[in-house]
Amino acid sequence: MSKKPLIDLVHISKAFDGETVLDDLSLSIRENEFLTLLGPSGCGKTTTLRILGGFVTPDQGRVIFDGADITMLPPNKRNLNTVFQKYALFPHMNIAENIAFGLKISGKSDAYIRDKIAYALKLVNLEGYEKRNPTALSGGQQQRIAIARAIVNEPKVLLLDEPLGALDLKLRQEMQYELIRLKNELGITFIYVTHDQEEALTMSDTVVVMNQGYIQQMGTPEDIYNEPENAFVADFIGDSNIIDGIMLRDELVEILGVRFPCVDTGFPKNLPVDVVIRPEDVILDDPGKGLLDGVVSHLIFKGVHYEMEVQAGGYEWLVQSTVAHPVGASVSIRVIPFNIQIMNKPVSEDEKAVALDE
Amino acid sequence: MVKAKAFLKRFYVGLVFFLLYSPILVMIVCSFNSSKARTVWGGFTFDWYLQLFRDGAVLEAVRTSLLLTASAALIATALGTLACLGMAAMGKQSQGVLISITNIPMLNADIVTGIAVMLLFVRFMNLGYTSMLIAHVTLCIPYIILNVMPKLRQTNTSIYEAALDLGATPVYAFIKVVLPDLMPAIFSGFLLAFTISLDDFIITYFTKGAGINTISTMLYQEVRRGINPEMYAMSTLLFLAILLILFAANRISETQEEKGA
Amino acid sequence: MNKQKFLAGPYLVWAAGFIILPLLMVLYYGLTGDEGQLTLEHLAAIADPIHVKALWESLLIAAGSTAICLVIAYPLAYILSRSHIRQSGAVIMLFILPMWINFLLRILALQMILANTGILNAILRFFGLPRLHLMYSHGAILIGMVYEYLPFMILPIYNILCKIDRDVIDAARDLGADGITVFRRIILPLSLPGVMSGVIMVFIPGISEFVIADILGGSKILLIGNVIEQEFSLANDWGLGSGLSLVLMLFIFVSMPLMNKYDKTGEGQILW
Repeated sequence: MSKKPLIDLVHISKAFDGETVLDDLSLSIRENEFLTLLGPSGCGKTTTLRILGGFVTPDQGRVIFDGADITMLPPNKRNLNTVFQKYALFPHMNIAENIAFGLKISGKSDAYIRDKIAYALKLVNLEGYEKRNPTALSGGQQQRIAIARAIVNEPKVLLLDEPLGALDLKLRQEMQYELIRLKNELGITFIYVTHDQEEALTMSDTVVVMNQGYIQQMGTPEDIYNEPENAFVADFIGDSNIIDGIMLRDELVEILGVRFPCVDTGFPKNLPVDVVIRPEDVILDDPGKGLLDGVVSHLIFKGVHYEMEVQAGGYEWLVQSTVAHPVGASVSIRVIPFNIQIMNKPVSEDEKAVALDE
Repeated sequence: MVKAKAFLKRFYVGLVFFLLYSPILVMIVCSFNSSKARTVWGGFTFDWYLQLFRDGAVLEAVRTSLLLTASAALIATALGTLACLGMAAMGKQSQGVLISITNIPMLNADIVTGIAVMLLFVRFMNLGYTSMLIAHVTLCIPYIILNVMPKLRQTNTSIYEAALDLGATPVYAFIKVVLPDLMPAIFSGFLLAFTISLDDFIITYFTKGAGINTISTMLYQEVRRGINPEMYAMSTLLFLAILLILFAANRISETQEEKGA
Repeated sequence: MNKQKFLAGPYLVWAAGFIILPLLMVLYYGLTGDEGQLTLEHLAAIADPIHVKALWESLLIAAGSTAICLVIAYPLAYILSRSHIRQSGAVIMLFILPMWINFLLRILALQMILANTGILNAILRFFGLPRLHLMYSHGAILIGMVYEYLPFMILPIYNILCKIDRDVIDAARDLGADGITVFRRIILPLSLPGVMSGVIMVFIPGISEFVIADILGGSKILLIGNVIEQEFSLANDWGLGSGLSLVLMLFIFVSMPLMNKYDKTGEGQILW
């Protein structure tokens, strides 16, 4: 993956009817990157994508593409293509005509267009569908056509707006692999918008977690999952135990009146913090053997693991384990220092976790 | 450039609206014109309005028109809605045949529809209020069906089945669950049918019996000998009444939406 | 569920009695002579030069008013469908509202505007412009028909334009189409069913119109509608009137499938 920045969003702000959707957002996207904008609905991710596509003009800030300012450039003059959430295939054209649309406008020869259609349909595994009508296809097939229609134009960047949102689970998973394969074969930049954290973690090189018009955290899927920077990210990505704590000194945090060794350093002494512990990192031991004793209050079998709720120290801990402890059993909680994440308390209202739409 | 374009658009819309409404404006002005000559302004007067309410023939025509239209639209709404429910249970083919038959009065020339009903009645009965009413109902039904049928197709049959599942009788389920869902479509169909029927002249002209007049046929008789300005006054009042009703309906639906949100 | 079918019963009876049967009456009168014998003479009467001329002029005026309505209505519907007032039903109401004033009164008011001593000429005189002799001409009938039927062209086009998915337009722009291309390749083809509905809604009443021709055309211009009307009201020749009605119907129902080709829903529901 090249390190060269391809797109720069510089101090972008946008408000609709006085309501701020994006507030001073800056973002750099590298060439050949699979970048995902992830967040709850209304977080500004789709607006960001529409600004990139040229459908929305930002109130402030600039969009730099390949070194040129394209902020005011209309969508038809931009070298990027969009795959729309509801496919947006042209209902009055057949599949071939749909795919040929952009090529005809750019004045390509008939032979070139024919080859390109065949190539694109092969790429999305729908060979021989040229003469069909879009309305006769299933949702997944329409989605593939929408992708084929976009990529035949050889855009430098493909924008995807929740493209799998309308598909069922099985198809969605298949399409995730398909998209990764496509991206690798085409060698272009994908910018992907979703509210589905699993999709984001599975496919992306870089995940940008957004909320209320701000970027909350940007990093590799591993970073985002393992080292959430604030409670919003921790809560949005996967399940988490987020507990109030006090940083007693370097590598020691007090949670629920009990001292837990951790690996974080550099916080001021006695600072109130948010402590994030993933449910799979909570280890249940025999009573007295861990740091905090408690009682199992719920037990659910989830397939790959059991999910339990443990009442301990006045907090309801979410625990995932391959070993089941029956409801009512006394247990003791233990966490490996490395698995405890210490985070600063949010300073502004905006950074606080909002109700999620999950 | 962008501003000029926006202005041009607004100007165009305004112009078409003006052309559409200018004859109505002329009519309203005429209702206050004391001169009977239509293109001479003789001074402002309320006389025509006063005379209108003393003129039995005009009032009778208004009464006939409104009664005819209201009953025709109501009968058509009942028949049409029932027909839609029945058709929904039919196969595609019989449905298609019925829809085609339904379309005939709407797509056929009014003059032919009028003549056809007239021939039927002259042959087997007499022309009169009944023949007029039947012709108007026939004219109205397609608009009801065209409004209700698509809505009925969209309606989720499972909500009806859910009501049955919860113990409702079919009639109760229909009244409580299906009907409220169809109501907006039925109402807009009714409104359309009412409008078409009230505005009709041709069908009324052919099917009316001697001695009965609606607003339309009365006006047609007056075309040659000059329009009685009471007619302008009457139409102005009717127009204002409609405006008020529409305005009120709009306000009601707006406040309902606000409550809903 | 099967009993539900019977709800259509009353309407079936109605349709048979008051849609099909009356048309059969027209057929009967149109195809029988004075002694009840079968004859094609009434149908053949269309070949009479007066009738041919009337039918031809009706066709021309109907086609002309349809074309003018389309030219006026399409841009209007397009502008309205793209403006923010589209959410409210108020716009639609504004177009239907004139229909609540009696059709004859509106045409009479139009006559006052167009008359030689009318309002339009008064305005022209005020600006020192020459007087227009519009009344009792084909032009007057054309203006009258356009005025009368314009809403029927605006509504279906407006409705279908509102239904076009914004994403589809965005997708076309995204794929490189400029404004004109988007209109030509996307919006226009997708709005054709609405245009066709509008054309039907204007052309069919237009071809059989006789009142507008009566009032604005004087008695000088005879359209097929006038001929039929006079056979019934003056000449009392019902056979001939029915025969000509049959010919008119034939014209309408032959042209219908041609236009309906574009109506893929097949229900005409885009009409309203």
